[in-house]
Amino acid sequence: MKITEDTIRHVAELSRLEFGDNEIGKFTAEMDSIINMANQLSTVDTEGVEETVQVVDRDTVFREDKAEHWQTKDELMKNVPDQANGFIKVPVIIEKDENE
Amino acid sequence: MNFKSTIGLEVHFELKTKSKIFSPSPVTYGAKPNTATNVIDWGMPGVLPMVNKDVYRLGIMVALATHAHILPTTHFDRKNYYYPDNPKAYQITQFFQPLARDGYVEIEVHGKKKRIGIHEMHIEEDAGKNTHGTNGYSYVDLNRQGVPLLEVVSEPDMEDPDEAYAYLEKLRKIVQFTGASDVKMEEGSMRVDTNISIRPAGQKELGTKVEMKNLNSFEHVRLSLAYEEKRQQQVLLSGGQIQLSTRRFDEASGKTVLERVKEGASDYRYFPEPDIAPDHISQEWIDEIAKTLPKSAAERYDDYVNKFGLKPYDANVLLQTKESSDFFDGAVAAGADPQLAANWMNTQVNGYLNDHRVALADVKLTPEHLAEMIKLIKDGTISSKIAKKVFAETIENGTDPKKFVEEKGMVQLSDLSVLEPMVKEIVDNNPQSVEDFKNGKDRAIGFLVGQIMKQTRGKANPVVVNKLLNQELASR
Amino acid sequence: MNYLNETIDSLNKKLASGEISAEQLTEDTIANIKETDKKLNAWITVDEDVKPAENLDFAKNKLAGIPIAIKDNIITDGVKTTAASHILDNFIPMYDATVVSKLKAAQATLVGKTNMDEFAMGSSTEHSYFGATHNPWNLDKVPGGSSGGSAAAVASGQIVAALGSDTGGSIRQPASFNGIFGIKPTYGRVSRWGLIAFGSSLDQIGVMTKRVKDSAEVMNVISGADDHDSTVSTREVPDFTKFLGQDVKGLKVAVPEEYMSDAVDAEVREVVQAQIDMLEANGAIINKVSLPHTKYVVPTYYIIASSEASSNLQRFDGIRYGYRAKDTKNLLDIYVKSRSEGFGEEVKRRIMLGSFALSAGSYDKFFRQAAKVRTLICNDFDKVFAENDVIVGPVTTTTAFGIGTEISDPIKMYNNDILTISANLAGIPAASVPAGLANGMPVGFQIMAKRFDEGSIFRVADFIERENKFYEKTPAGMED
Repeated sequence: MKITEDTIRHVAELSRLEFGDNEIGKFTAEMDSIINMANQLSTVDTEGVEETVQVVDRDTVFREDKAEHWQTKDELMKNVPDQANGFIKVPVIIEKDENE
Repeated sequence: MNFKSTIGLEVHFELKTKSKIFSPSPVTYGAKPNTATNVIDWGMPGVLPMVNKDVYRLGIMVALATHAHILPTTHFDRKNYYYPDNPKAYQITQFFQPLARDGYVEIEVHGKKKRIGIHEMHIEEDAGKNTHGTNGYSYVDLNRQGVPLLEVVSEPDMEDPDEAYAYLEKLRKIVQFTGASDVKMEEGSMRVDTNISIRPAGQKELGTKVEMKNLNSFEHVRLSLAYEEKRQQQVLLSGGQIQLSTRRFDEASGKTVLERVKEGASDYRYFPEPDIAPDHISQEWIDEIAKTLPKSAAERYDDYVNKFGLKPYDANVLLQTKESSDFFDGAVAAGADPQLAANWMNTQVNGYLNDHRVALADVKLTPEHLAEMIKLIKDGTISSKIAKKVFAETIENGTDPKKFVEEKGMVQLSDLSVLEPMVKEIVDNNPQSVEDFKNGKDRAIGFLVGQIMKQTRGKANPVVVNKLLNQELASR
Repeated sequence: MNYLNETIDSLNKKLASGEISAEQLTEDTIANIKETDKKLNAWITVDEDVKPAENLDFAKNKLAGIPIAIKDNIITDGVKTTAASHILDNFIPMYDATVVSKLKAAQATLVGKTNMDEFAMGSSTEHSYFGATHNPWNLDKVPGGSSGGSAAAVASGQIVAALGSDTGGSIRQPASFNGIFGIKPTYGRVSRWGLIAFGSSLDQIGVMTKRVKDSAEVMNVISGADDHDSTVSTREVPDFTKFLGQDVKGLKVAVPEEYMSDAVDAEVREVVQAQIDMLEANGAIINKVSLPHTKYVVPTYYIIASSEASSNLQRFDGIRYGYRAKDTKNLLDIYVKSRSEGFGEEVKRRIMLGSFALSAGSYDKFFRQAAKVRTLICNDFDKVFAENDVIVGPVTTTTAFGIGTEISDPIKMYNNDILTISANLAGIPAASVPAGLANGMPVGFQIMAKRFDEGSIFRVADFIERENKFYEKTPAGMED
């Protein structure tokens, strides 16, 4: 499969990244070779093979429903770049992005 | 041309837990911004989710109550999207292996019974809240981030807005009576999204669907769906095409307004959440939860009408909320006469709650109080007139009715050893009344009762006095 | 203070006898780091205000008063934690990773944070916002990565023990390049709470030390169940030091043919083979085996790790913490500019690959297929471990390469990881123990064992250490 600049632009949009016009060509070529390496996997016969998404040896141990206070608001807010009255401040959201 | 509508509903319920689904932060309403949060809710680097057991327990209750098949192994997945109220930029939800599938709810519309299928239900985390300022900024509060949600996705089985309305009513009642959620649309603990498409009668494949989100009430659901049916018909009849889109219901005009057109499916890049091990739901646990499942509204209705002999109207009033039904059941369990308990619940108690704009949980009256008061009325200890005074005291201050009646000397005089000689004496002293009674003048009894009331300063039990007088007069 | 000839035991004795105070040890350690790090750049943050714990109990706590280094992708309360990224270069955490809490409870002195490839993505520590780290054996060479700072700090004697993290070889490969011991425990042995996630189903915190026993001591402290991490095992943790001092008689040792192929430099193979021969001479049973899906581990790993990373790294958006770009027009602009300016080239590459592999139309072909091939890779290991105690071979195909020589060729870099990433995909424990030198640079010997059998790794590694006494060698780059 051939990876095009359009695909890369679309994936960049999903990833909230941007590449300048001079970078995009180089990046597309790189991604093309990486994805084609990854594409080797399509030659493996996986008919009837289960997926492994985790290698854990137990079930989730549930937490009992008990409320606890850990950090204070001030501790949590101390790295926030822009804030007001205890809120995190962001430029107005006109509508949810195309993803939502 | 005739059209057929196809309607599906997605309903989110906030599950009633003390702490959040993946963090032990408290679930609170109205707390100061970002005070009910911790590093997990903030999606700080390095944090991991910790699954709250009660979220599963409450979800399983709803699954049981809607006859859904609970999956033996469930797993969480990530839904990826960027938004300021979504700190990790992914929502932990269940996409591939939800909690339960294939349930149903039975509705009755225009006298016709129908089963509405539930496609699946899954548990997931809520997002925080954005408040839009007027100065070009939005303000993010993460207190709601991580509040547990149960999303119930119906099959597209509904064919008109009335069915959708009936489904919502029924589903709300079912969930409400499991106790899993507060189901209050005005507080956001129940939220409804709808999907509707129409197609010409006879056409097999479904039309293009339009989605409507965040409807404020069941009535808005009905109105917006009805409006959409007409709008879409007009579009098709005039040769137009329906766009795959999201619309919003405008309350003021009663119309739906286009929000945005969807270009293809959204790309949420779902994949299995690697931070949470699989959750195996054992049959033993399901059985254990089933044992604790409260009676449904339908079962309770059956009890009220067929076992207790209540009027259907009274039964329905009691069943408006789980709280009032539980309260009534508690009073009956404590020995109250069901009909009297129902009367008191539906008139005095509800009247008080309405007048004072409070909830049942907020008043000091207990089911035991109510049962005791009804017993006092029934055994003649107090009159119903006195009972109203006792009720006012108990609901206001939580005073024990029996104690209150005794302390205030409100006990009705029913003691035969006191009343019998008194009746004899009064009758002896009023031969004219005996005459009148024999001549068929009923008023004579009223006069004699009045005499006894006077002598007892109103405390004599009128029922007992009447009975004794009749006996005495008849014997002369 | 230089640690080239020290161990946790020797330091514990000196502290307990009062030969040196913990305060003095901390001070000397920091002074030495500041001096020697001009050459190495192994540290991102040195906590000059750190004080040893109070009421040190040298009898109960082996680590009491002993300085230890933490890789900078492990969260430390109140101490800047950057993951070597511009996007977190101002981030001060407000909680401790579980491993950090455990080390503090054991009264260790955490003197600072070590350099690494940004977000642990890389195998040379060149991909750091804070500049490359140099290999103490030859300053022109890379120390490997991503835990290159921890490796160089230990190899140069700046510190006796350091924590690293290993998603695809990030502990073992730098341990190999620096001639030290490094162990990646079984997935689920050590809590990941507070480890800045890269590939969540692969990441594991581990230990890097000069001497095998020192790693066993630190592993004893950091292992075990944790309420904060539902992927950690609740199994009992053995005392890892009890596996030391044993022989290898009757031990069944598997050597995969794929690990000793021509793809591995002849000099490296030679050094590794000498160790295998030595084990055999001491009574181990050597079995030639095959791990047939080895040729697919690189694509499988890069799809899974990058997919998880693309999602894990979405939270770095300039809203709640970390770098926020200046001169942004709107919300989308904040996201895109903060991330594009805040992440380095390699991180962006992996995010892109991961987003692609998970996107509509690619999921089945890439992510799901990789998850299936992962099962086949796990099965390969199960088969071999049914008849063997450990699997051994080289850690890397070459010794440390020159700084700047491979950074421009991502595929070549990715293929370098072929011998280490299988252990992460299968979740098994694996370690690198020094085997010898090839052309003056260290060569590591890899030991892999069954899940939760770190004990066998310690047994073999300790035996090799006693036989070849590699620890007596001093890194050439540190001589004046």
